[in-house]
Amino acid sequence: MGIEMNDVHVKDGVDSETVEAVKALSGTYKYGWNTEIEMEYAPKGLSEDIVRLISEKNNEPEWMLDWRLQAYKRWLELKEPNWAMVDYPSIDFQDQYYYARPKSMIEKPKSLDDVDPKLLETYKKLGIPLKEQALLAGVEAPDGERKVAVDAVFDSVSVGTTFQTELKKAGVIFCSFSEAVKDYPELVKKYLGTVVPVSDNYYATLNSAVFSDGSFIYIPEGVRCPMELSTYFRINAENTGQFERTLIIADKGSYVSYLEGCTAPKRDVAQLHAAVVELVILDDAEIKYSTVQNWYPGDENGKGGIYNFVTKRADCRGDRSKVMWTQVETGSAVTWKYPSCVLRGNDSQGEFYSIAIANNMQQADTGTKMVHLGKNTKSRIVSKGISAGKAQNTYRGLVSMHPKAKDSRNFTQCDSLLIGDKCGAHTVPYIEVKNNSSRVEHEATTSKVDDDQLFYCRSRGMGEEDAVALVVNGFCKEVLQALPMEFAMEAQQLVAISLEGSVG
Amino acid sequence: MLEIKNLHVQLEEEDKKILKGVNLSLEAGKVHAIMGPNGSGKSTLSYVLSGKKGYEVTAGSAHLEGNDLLAMAPEERAAAGLFLAFQYPVEIPGVGNMTFLRSAVNSQQKLRGEPEMTAGDFLKAVRAQAKNLKIESDMLKRPVNVGFSGGEKKRNEILQMAMLQPKMCILDETDSGLDVDAMKLVSQGVNALRDGNRTFLVITHYQRLLDHIKPDIVHIMAAGKIIKSGGPELALEVEKNGYANLLEETA
Ligand SMILES: Nc1ncnc2c1ncn2[C@@H]1O[C@H](COP(=O)(O)OP(=O)(O)O)[C@@H](O)[C@H]1O
Ligand SMILES: [Mg+2]
Repeated sequence: MGIEMNDVHVKDGVDSETVEAVKALSGTYKYGWNTEIEMEYAPKGLSEDIVRLISEKNNEPEWMLDWRLQAYKRWLELKEPNWAMVDYPSIDFQDQYYYARPKSMIEKPKSLDDVDPKLLETYKKLGIPLKEQALLAGVEAPDGERKVAVDAVFDSVSVGTTFQTELKKAGVIFCSFSEAVKDYPELVKKYLGTVVPVSDNYYATLNSAVFSDGSFIYIPEGVRCPMELSTYFRINAENTGQFERTLIIADKGSYVSYLEGCTAPKRDVAQLHAAVVELVILDDAEIKYSTVQNWYPGDENGKGGIYNFVTKRADCRGDRSKVMWTQVETGSAVTWKYPSCVLRGNDSQGEFYSIAIANNMQQADTGTKMVHLGKNTKSRIVSKGISAGKAQNTYRGLVSMHPKAKDSRNFTQCDSLLIGDKCGAHTVPYIEVKNNSSRVEHEATTSKVDDDQLFYCRSRGMGEEDAVALVVNGFCKEVLQALPMEFAMEAQQLVAISLEGSVG
Repeated sequence: MLEIKNLHVQLEEEDKKILKGVNLSLEAGKVHAIMGPNGSGKSTLSYVLSGKKGYEVTAGSAHLEGNDLLAMAPEERAAAGLFLAFQYPVEIPGVGNMTFLRSAVNSQQKLRGEPEMTAGDFLKAVRAQAKNLKIESDMLKRPVNVGFSGGEKKRNEILQMAMLQPKMCILDETDSGLDVDAMKLVSQGVNALRDGNRTFLVITHYQRLLDHIKPDIVHIMAAGKIIKSGGPELALEVEKNGYANLLEETA
C-alpha cells in the first residue's frame, strides 16, 4: 500500500519584488579554471573494448573485468529513466571519453613527493593541499589538532592519498579503489555490489561497467578512525565523464567520518558524472558521510555544466548500526541523487540532512530513501531546498516500513525557500507502512525570502546579498550544524556564493 | 543633523498619498517627539527615511548631516549613522541574535572603511550592553526575535542601537506593548545613549514615554503633515484633551 502525500503547508511570505531582476551569475563560480596538462585518453565512445581497456589501464585481475563486462551487457538492455523532474537534452553516450588520465600518472608515483607538480598545484589552488598537515587553514579545533586525510581524484585516476601510513597503524585502510582491487581483493570481492547491485539502475549499471577510480575505506572492528577521511573529485578534461566508485566498510563497533568535495572547470558542453557509493555498516558501527557538491552549474542560460547522476546507499546491516548522510548540493546543471539508508539491523538508525540550492537554470531532483527492515529502527530526514532564478528544485523521498520493522519511526521535515517568482519547488513524498506499530511523521513548508527580513538586515547595515545569505543560512541551520566544523564554514560561504546575483 | 523638507510620499503600488509635505529640522543632540493618531503616517516617515521599498517620494528631500538620504541604499544610510528601532521587529529564524549583531556591526564598519572589531572586544561590548538592558545570555543565542515577547523584542532593538552607536536614532512606538518596568529599562537604555550629540526622533502614542525620555520639541502629525510643534507641554495637552481639539484648530 503506498500513499502519496501532497499536503504541503504554505507559509505566508511577502511577495518579493526585490528579486524581479535576476542578475547574471556568470563569473561567480570560483573553481571554473582548468589545468593545462598532457592527458592520455581512451578512444571516444562506449563499447566492450573500452570496458576492457579501462580494466587494463587499472591492471585489474580477471574477476574485476568479468564483473564489469557483466554490467556492460546489462546496461545495453536498460533504458534511461525519465521519471525525475529534470529536463535535459538526451545524452549521446558515444560522444564522450570514458577514461582520461594525466600522462604523468601512467607510471604511478611512489610517494606524494613524486606527484606531478602541476597536479599538486591544482589541488593547492582548490584549497586542498596534498600535504600531511593539520588541514583546512585557519580552523582552530578545541580538541587539539584535527587532521584530514585526502584521496585526490583527478579525472579518471587517483593522484595520491595522504596519511596512509599513519592510518595503517590504526588498522584503517584508506586508498584508491584501483589499489584496493589489487591489494585487498578479498574485501572488495566480499562487499562490492552488495549494497548497490550491478542491476540497480541505469546509471549505477553504467558506472559498474566503466568506473575508473574512487576511494576505498575499511575500518576494522572496534576502531574509531583517528582522523577525518576525505576524497576530493576534480573533473578537468573536456568531453569526459567521471565515473567513480566509493566503498566504505565500517566493521563492528567502528566509527568514521568521511567528507567528499567536487568541482569542475567551466565548459560550454555539459559533462556527465555518474558515481556509485556503497556503505556497509556492521553491528554498533557508525558512518558519517558529508558531501559538498559544487560541480560547475552551467551558465545563466543553462549552457554547459555537469549532469550529476549519483547512486549512494548505506546498508545498516548490523544491529544498532548508524549512518548519517549530510549533503550540501550547490553545483551541477542537473542533479539526480537520493542517498539512501537500508535499515536492516534491529535498532539501526539512518539520518539524512540536505541543503539543495538551485539558481539560474539549474535543476535538482534529490531526496532520500529510508527503507526500514529491522525492528525498532529510526530515521530522520531534514531537507532544505532553495530555488532562485529560473531553477527547479524537487525533493523526492521514500519512507518504507516493512512488515518486520515493528515499532519503527520516521520523522521528515521538508522545507522549501523561493527567491523570486520564476523558480519552483516541488515535494514528492512516498510513504509505505506495512505494519501497525510504526509511525511516520511528515512536515513540509514552502516560503519565500521575505522582503521585511531583507529590509530589517539592510537597515542594520548589511548589503542586499549579505542579507540574502544570512537569511538563507538561517533557513539551512539545522543541516549546516550536522556538518563537521571545517565543512560547515565552507558550506556557509558556498551558500552565499551560489546565490550571488539572485536578487537585484 | 536631520533635515526633512516638504516630503511627499505615496505608495508605489496604488495611488495613495501618505505624507503630504512633511517639514522637520532636528539639531544635533536634541530629542524630538512625534505624536499623532493612528494612520497619520508616522511609521511611513520612519520607513522612507531608512529606505524601505514600496514607497515613492514624489517631492521633497531628506538630508542627514548634509548627505542626501533618499539617494542612498538602506545599508548606506545605516552606515552613515541612521538607525530605526522598528515598531514591529522582524523575526529571522535560524540566525542567532549574536550572529546578527556581529554581522551588522562588521558590515557598517566595512562600509565606513573602519577596521573590524575583534571578536573579544565585540563580545565584551555586547555583554555589557545586554546587562544594562537585563537581556539574558540565552536571548543572545536565540534566533533574532523568534519567540521573543513584545518587551524582549523592543529591548533587543535598543541593544542593537547601543551596539551600532548611530548618530540619528528613530524610535517607532518603542513603548507600545511594554509594561512599566520594561518601559523604564528601555528609557534608561535610550537615555544612556544621550551624549549631547546623538539625536533622537521618538515616535509615540502616549505621553508616558516622554516622562522618561524628556523631549526638547514635540510635533503633532495628522493626515501626513506636521500640524503643530511646541515644547514638552504640547504632549501633556494631547494627553489631557486628545487630538480632536488640535485637529479642529488646524482644519
Ligand atoms: N505598504 C502599505 N500598503 C498599504 N497601505 C499603507 C502601507 N503603508 C502605509 N499605509 C497606509 O498609510 C497610512 C499611514 O500608515 P502608518 O505610516 O503606518 O501610520 P502610523 O504609523 O502613523 O500609524 C495608513 O492609512 C496605512 O494604512
Ligand atoms: Mg506606526
